Amino acid sequence: MRAYFGRRYMLSASHRLHSDSLSAEENRVAYGKCNNPHGHGHNYVIEVVARGPVDSETGMVMNLTDLDAVVRTKVLERFDHTNLNLDPLFMNQVPTTENLCKAVFALLQSAIPQGRLETVRVEETENNFFQCWDAETAS
Amino acid sequence: MVELTRRATFSASHFYWNEGWTAEENERVFGRCANRNGHGHNYTLEVTVAGDPDPVTGFVVDLKWLKDVIEKRVLSAFDHRHLNLEVPEFKSAIPTTENIAIAAWKRLEPVLGSAGRAKLKRVRVYETPEIFAEFRGEA
Repeated sequence: MRAYFGRRYMLSASHRLHSDSLSAEENRVAYGKCNNPHGHGHNYVIEVVARGPVDSETGMVMNLTDLDAVVRTKVLERFDHTNLNLDPLFMNQVPTTENLCKAVFALLQSAIPQGRLETVRVEETENNFFQCWDAETAS
Repeated sequence: MVELTRRATFSASHFYWNEGWTAEENERVFGRCANRNGHGHNYTLEVTVAGDPDPVTGFVVDLKWLKDVIEKRVLSAFDHRHLNLEVPEFKSAIPTTENIAIAAWKRLEPVLGSAGRAKLKRVRVYETPEIFAEFRGEA
């Protein structure tokens, strides 16, 4: 039987929302306080949901320790206590939480067995969050 | 179509152990969860039903009725129990969060499946605020 296993992680990072293709005034209009030149930070919650058959030997979709290891090495160690704008992934795109969510999904999708990553949700604050699915789930 | 979710909590103890494995193997795979004296959690159960609101009452289902079904079918069996020792489903299955979600679904579905307009959509079980599993009735 297919089931889903989810886990929530936290990372703290700074960012500045600024697009080089917009003028200074346009950036202020588009991003408001998030355009502050010195950046600002968030405690992001990263919620990862894996899917798959429940293994009859273990009763698990995925062992928590395996999922933790992948998320730690691919995501937390990369982004926690960093400035997102300086990560190569955000050299050419604004580190909005939409783009962070897509980046985290891609990093995990390449490290979790194929077809087993269901969703990634990134909560920027308690009041806003973003979610990505793979194409198979979305279709 | 509207989804309606009712949340409930229960507290229970459990441990993870596969009788077909050696003690070393159990400890390697399940870590601290393999302590056969058991340990406990405050679980949160989320039951989601989906349907079109009744044109007269405006309800997908009566929440009080749903609360009573959850109480009678799940909480009365799981709350303040040792899942391995006192819940029949876990004589043959390890009480992982995945299997608890499946067991709760199987206890609820026969009742909620005959509730007219609404259908059981998913059951999510939080073992801690950071760890959860979900079952959607998929094969």
